[in-house]
Amino acid sequence: MWWRSASFIRDRQNQNQNPNPNPKPSSLLHSALDDSPSSPTSTSMAALNPNPNPISAYYQTRAEHHAVVTSDWLAQSADAAAGDVAASSGAASGGSKGEGGGVGVIEEFNYWRKKPDLAEAVAAVMALAAVIRSSEATTMNELDIELKKASNNLKSWDTTSISLSAACDLFIRYVTRTSALEYEDFDAAKRRLIERAEKFGEISLKARKTIAMLSQDFISDGCTILVHGYSRVVLEVLKMAASNKKLFLVLCTEGRPDRTGLRFSKELAALGIPVKLLIDSAVAYAMDEVDMVYVGADGVVESGGIINMMGTYQVALVAHSMNKPVYVAAESYKFARLYPLDQKDLEPALRPIEFGVPIPSGVEVETSARDYTPPQYLTLLFTDLGVLTPSVVSDELIQLYV
Amino acid sequence: MDLRRPNRPVIGPKVRQVGFVTPDSAAATSSSSIPAVSAAAAASAGSPPSSLSPVMIPPPRHPSTEMSNPHFHPVGSYNPSEQILGSPPALSPSRSSRFDADGSDFGGDDDESVALSGVGGGMTPKSSLLMCQPVTKTAPLVSETRKRDSNASKGKGEGPSAAPKEKLTKAERRATQEAQRAAKAAAKEAAAAGGAPSVSKQPKPATKPATQQKKDIPSGSGPLQPLAPSGSIEKKQGKKEVAAPHPRMQFDDMTKVGKLKKRAVVNQSEARNRVELFRHLPQYEHGTQLPDLESKFFQLDLIHPSVYQVGLQFLSDKISGGNARCIAMLLAFKEVIQDYTTPPEKTLTRDLGAKVGSCVSFLIECRPLSVSMGNAIRFLKNRISSLPHNLSDKEAKSRLQSDIDRFINEKIIIASKAIVEHGVSKIRDGDVLLTYGSPSVVESIFAYAHGIKKNFRVVVVDSRPKHEGQGLLRRLVERGIHCTYTHLNAVSYVMHEVTRVFLGASSVLSNGTVYSRVGTACVAMVAHAFRVPVLVCCEAYKFHERVQLDSICSNELGDPDAISKVSGRKDLNYLDGWAQNENIQLLNLKYDATPSDYVSVLVTEQGMLPPTSVPVIIREYGIERLWT
Repeated sequence: MWWRSASFIRDRQNQNQNPNPNPKPSSLLHSALDDSPSSPTSTSMAALNPNPNPISAYYQTRAEHHAVVTSDWLAQSADAAAGDVAASSGAASGGSKGEGGGVGVIEEFNYWRKKPDLAEAVAAVMALAAVIRSSEATTMNELDIELKKASNNLKSWDTTSISLSAACDLFIRYVTRTSALEYEDFDAAKRRLIERAEKFGEISLKARKTIAMLSQDFISDGCTILVHGYSRVVLEVLKMAASNKKLFLVLCTEGRPDRTGLRFSKELAALGIPVKLLIDSAVAYAMDEVDMVYVGADGVVESGGIINMMGTYQVALVAHSMNKPVYVAAESYKFARLYPLDQKDLEPALRPIEFGVPIPSGVEVETSARDYTPPQYLTLLFTDLGVLTPSVVSDELIQLYV
Repeated sequence: MDLRRPNRPVIGPKVRQVGFVTPDSAAATSSSSIPAVSAAAAASAGSPPSSLSPVMIPPPRHPSTEMSNPHFHPVGSYNPSEQILGSPPALSPSRSSRFDADGSDFGGDDDESVALSGVGGGMTPKSSLLMCQPVTKTAPLVSETRKRDSNASKGKGEGPSAAPKEKLTKAERRATQEAQRAAKAAAKEAAAAGGAPSVSKQPKPATKPATQQKKDIPSGSGPLQPLAPSGSIEKKQGKKEVAAPHPRMQFDDMTKVGKLKKRAVVNQSEARNRVELFRHLPQYEHGTQLPDLESKFFQLDLIHPSVYQVGLQFLSDKISGGNARCIAMLLAFKEVIQDYTTPPEKTLTRDLGAKVGSCVSFLIECRPLSVSMGNAIRFLKNRISSLPHNLSDKEAKSRLQSDIDRFINEKIIIASKAIVEHGVSKIRDGDVLLTYGSPSVVESIFAYAHGIKKNFRVVVVDSRPKHEGQGLLRRLVERGIHCTYTHLNAVSYVMHEVTRVFLGASSVLSNGTVYSRVGTACVAMVAHAFRVPVLVCCEAYKFHERVQLDSICSNELGDPDAISKVSGRKDLNYLDGWAQNENIQLLNLKYDATPSDYVSVLVTEQGMLPPTSVPVIIREYGIERLWT
């Protein structure tokens, strides 16, 4: 459990902030990675990547947020860390003028990222909003360039996170696609941009609540819900259903390799919701008694399919073959302009897997952290834009981007 | 986000209506639907199809006046008249089996009525439909009363239970005939009274919703006018354009075909043994009309030489492929505009539109238009009609010519480049790519991917009789791409090693159906069965709001001789002189429809989209929206 220990998390964070080479904890990963065919691309990526870490930072952040090390512990740790980072972020707001939003945005982002309840994408939105606020550009064009640079910085910080890059793109689209750009007065235009940036941040913050409200109609008394992975949106949905005095049973998959299901079931049990824990391979066995499947999403792609924690695809397949509805709860900032044609058609996101026993020599381990579920296996998507069928995702994206 | 949809409540907790909204809720949200339309729709929805008695005269499929008026456009394969005609057969089998004795009598009667209705449907001008509407309304009542009478006179237990039924059908048939006679008389009256098309056209919108049922409700007037962007202008041009036959004309209607032949420039000889299911399509043997047409060259003052040239190239298949044909046609039109001078006492917007219309009808005679060409023509006519009236001839002409250039450049050339960029992103090293036929966009994708040193292999699948793949194969091999060439018969064998299938399309319809070179559906289905992703590359100007469920109702027939003869094999002469044998029917289809289930992704210049997003693209970036 070394990667989940508090000290490890702190170490990683330090490592992210100051590029101090400390290869001790990830020697095993590096060796695993060197065998994999994708290593040349990831090393070439590392050349321009300010975060030269082969492990998906997205999943690392998630692990930090949901690790079995309790969230309050992490909150304390974050608070402790926030002391110095807040100072530095304050300095970033004030002092990153020369950098043109380059380094400042990442520090800002790291500050927001540490809040356990905040999704990475929302942290990015907050950081970008801060960029506009602290910008010293004197023309709209300059500001636009600065914003794009900051967003590119953020995106290259973690190329594996779909929601991060999607949120950056959406933010820029949303903020700059306004008549404000034609204003004569630059200050007024900038104020308008900041307004819009804050509005976007607010929407993103409220998204979870909106989704929880929308999905209440779909949970009826006495139903059985299968949940895969730890999704804060799904947790919010179930929390609200429980507070509405609905009676339902939740089946949680274990969620190997980081046991997200264990943590999720713990949260649910704390709320007094009856929970049953399954091992990942028992999904088909238990599907008979399941009424609906709820999953979150790391990213929603243009085809209407989702990219989510490894195992979602097989859960959806089993549910589809037994005619059970599969509901996805995802905020709209996770909508990404990607169109994977198959499972391998994605930027690889790798994650260490603990087998408990030493892996025999000459055996390769599949370390991919996520899979792609095609839209035909999904029933509905609950988003803050409304309850959508998978095909509407592309319509929304077309309206936004093209 | 806010530019296009400013009132969108982003965080409202209510469920936003997305996708295809039912008519009621559309009316409730009062998004854009015209109340009159929705009311009419509701009225038509209120009376279920079953209430239409077989007495009702089927609306003419394509009345002759409608050829000039592209408003009326059958949406997809749905044909209300078929449904109405189709209802009586539920009775007829039992009748014919039970009443063998007098079956001949009834049979004759039946045939007559059917023939009558067919003729009526084909010949009656638009006004007749109108005039006979009250007749048809009363007709069911008549039959109702007769039924009651017959039932009363029969009493109970007299004769088999089928007897009243038989009486009924007879009564109904009689009513049908009466109604049809009335309709004919009405039509004659209307014609005699100088019922010009413009008069008859006017009340049509009232009758249309009733006949078209629910098809047109969701988007109001949208999908009904695929070929006519602005109705008023088309109406103005109506008289001039009588010469232009409707692209979806039904060629099994002898009277109309006769009329068409009379004014046709190109003397196409007809194929003799027609395939029953495809009788409604133009059936021509593409022989050598060249000398014939050349002799006519100096008689045809109406048609511009460049259009004439392009038409002959279409006829002889010198130019084929959606983009190439469209560009050739547009360039010819550009020359027409260049040489055009407005005749005295005429306005440019009207006269030029008619002139283009006559050119189009000539091109249709040479070869039916593709959807891409139809869209381009629609665009051009839209531009002509939206010209300001105070422009001088010179300005107007130069403006139109630059519009055409812009269309070719933006919608075809730049669009292809964008598609190439998107398509290349899906090619990985070590891929085996399969393509069918010779799609021009796919060829440039391969060329570009090879240019940026991607390492891949191509399987070119080809088919008889055109062997277009050989040209593609030659060009790819010349570039140094490693290729495999095979025929469609072997596609299931090669598919297991293929990682991506790239296909072109003649058109993509709004339900996601891909209308493309015949054989494409077969390749896509095999790829689907092998779980190989199918990428269909298509420029957005080829999208069409029509819905088509099969390859039958709209298609193009090729020369039957092309499939009966094998080039280079003189010994394979089993089918020589097949036309003399009535038992042989050869079917050489040119296109087929691939259901959207078999398409993984559409690659367009707007990005990679699922086939379900075609209506969105049409709605947001349709031809009508272009530079308006």
